[in-house]
Amino acid sequence: MAIAHRQRPALGKNLAWRQGWGRFWTAVVVLMGAIALVPLAILLGYVLVRGAQRFDVQVWTALTPAAGQVGGGLGNAIVGSIVMVALATGFSVPLGVAVALYGTEVCRQAWIRAALRLAVNVLNGVPSILLGVFVYGAVVVGLGWGFGAIAGALALSLIMLPTIIRTTDDFCQGFPPEQRLAAYALGATDWEVLTGIVLPAALPAILTGTMLALSRAAGETAPLIFTALGFDFWLRGLSGPAPALSLTIYRFATGFDPNQQNLAWTGALILLLLVLLTQGLARILARLAPPST
Amino acid sequence: MELAQDQLGTQVKAQVKNFSFFYGSNKAIKDVDLEVLDCKVTSMIGPSGCGKTTLLRCFNRMHDLYPGTRYEGEILLESQNLLSLDPIEVRMRIGMVFQKPNPFPKSIFENIAYGLRIRGVKDKGVINERVERALRDAAIWDEVKDRLKDMAFNLSGGQQQRLCIARALATDPEILLFDEPTSALDPIATASIEELVIGLKGKVTILIVTHNMQQAVRISDYTAFMYLGELVEFDRTDVIFNNAAQQRTREYVSGQFG
Repeated sequence: MAIAHRQRPALGKNLAWRQGWGRFWTAVVVLMGAIALVPLAILLGYVLVRGAQRFDVQVWTALTPAAGQVGGGLGNAIVGSIVMVALATGFSVPLGVAVALYGTEVCRQAWIRAALRLAVNVLNGVPSILLGVFVYGAVVVGLGWGFGAIAGALALSLIMLPTIIRTTDDFCQGFPPEQRLAAYALGATDWEVLTGIVLPAALPAILTGTMLALSRAAGETAPLIFTALGFDFWLRGLSGPAPALSLTIYRFATGFDPNQQNLAWTGALILLLLVLLTQGLARILARLAPPST
Repeated sequence: MELAQDQLGTQVKAQVKNFSFFYGSNKAIKDVDLEVLDCKVTSMIGPSGCGKTTLLRCFNRMHDLYPGTRYEGEILLESQNLLSLDPIEVRMRIGMVFQKPNPFPKSIFENIAYGLRIRGVKDKGVINERVERALRDAAIWDEVKDRLKDMAFNLSGGQQQRLCIARALATDPEILLFDEPTSALDPIATASIEELVIGLKGKVTILIVTHNMQQAVRISDYTAFMYLGELVEFDRTDVIFNNAAQQRTREYVSGQFG
């Protein structure tokens, strides 16, 4: 039955009211989004302005200055951070990928898988300072290896592990079972299915996870306090106190020396740029990932 | 079941003898006897849950991938009982095409080459030649020859399914199993797959599960009708559809249940 002619004005009124209601809530959501973005914009702007004041060549090449000293840079801290994050990546990526593959591909008991996932979630939730204290107790004192880049890298790899395990695990769980079956139907062994089909497809996901974990590890300070300790000279080896960018920022920012405080801002800017760079890279790599349907 | 006299000159490729299959304690396939003839197309029909796909997957031991499954009886491949072989060896000799097209997340070329690579074929010339031959046999060569490096997912559904058939053909299977290969495809793609299956007659032994009776009529030489895990009747396709011996077969093919 058609709508009677005289009912049409009522319909129009009803529609105007519904559209108005929709516009009202759109405006509310936009406002909320703006409120959330303001602190981020202020933070970025402030770090950019303060950090840019000393964003010169010396920052990258000179040693961290003592309080009262003029000039100086963050060179040793940057190198220390790079070395420790690289080591941590080297430890955590093979281990994390192996754990994830064990959980999704090898282990056939559901309860072991559930326990593994719980453990990963718990590890992800552990405050990073506790991970630092753990490595201090287990490695620095326990094994007697002392403070150093190795201990720092181990602490950082504990930070990185859950992210790498999760991203790999998520991918493998989402990997279409019919593709696995197709490989088995061609006469592939478990190992061949894993290395020839699943792992190549998982590579972009693993890289993305690594980038995310890496950018987080680079900024972590707490786990390094008890492990790398910090150092005002160039890294001399993998044992012995090691400098790190995050530790230096922490120390300089809480100090009283204006030169050090300025460098802390520059360090913060470098870290931010690093995070931006790795996140951007992660996004590009994720886009390169083949669709899995 | 013994076949009528028309099989003179055709050899039995596989023989299912007093065969049962269990999921745990559930007997899903009950005492089946069946002959699969060399280079013919044999279809398996029956209502959902009748065990036709389950029986098909016994031929390449897919059930061995899951715990709690058990076979009883024999499936002879020529004279060897394939139930006593290594399942991986069985799968190297018997190919399979699945219900949904399932190409690997690789290039078109690598999809076909995968089966050869795991068999240890390293010679590039041999791989190239066999990939081309498989793609030609699967009637997809002309469509993909200029983009062998493209991802297989960029193909249409029907092309993907023909690619999967080529992937299975590349390793020269003794039997090719099809598990409702057109149920996820549109009518045009379905027609191209059917044409392809008909074209493969005489080259490879084909066992196909289908829920579509018309498809069985169009493409198969022999038809097995299954019901509740049992093989009710097995005969030439025209006999099954026009002059079946069993009451239940006649009821099913005339659409009275299913």
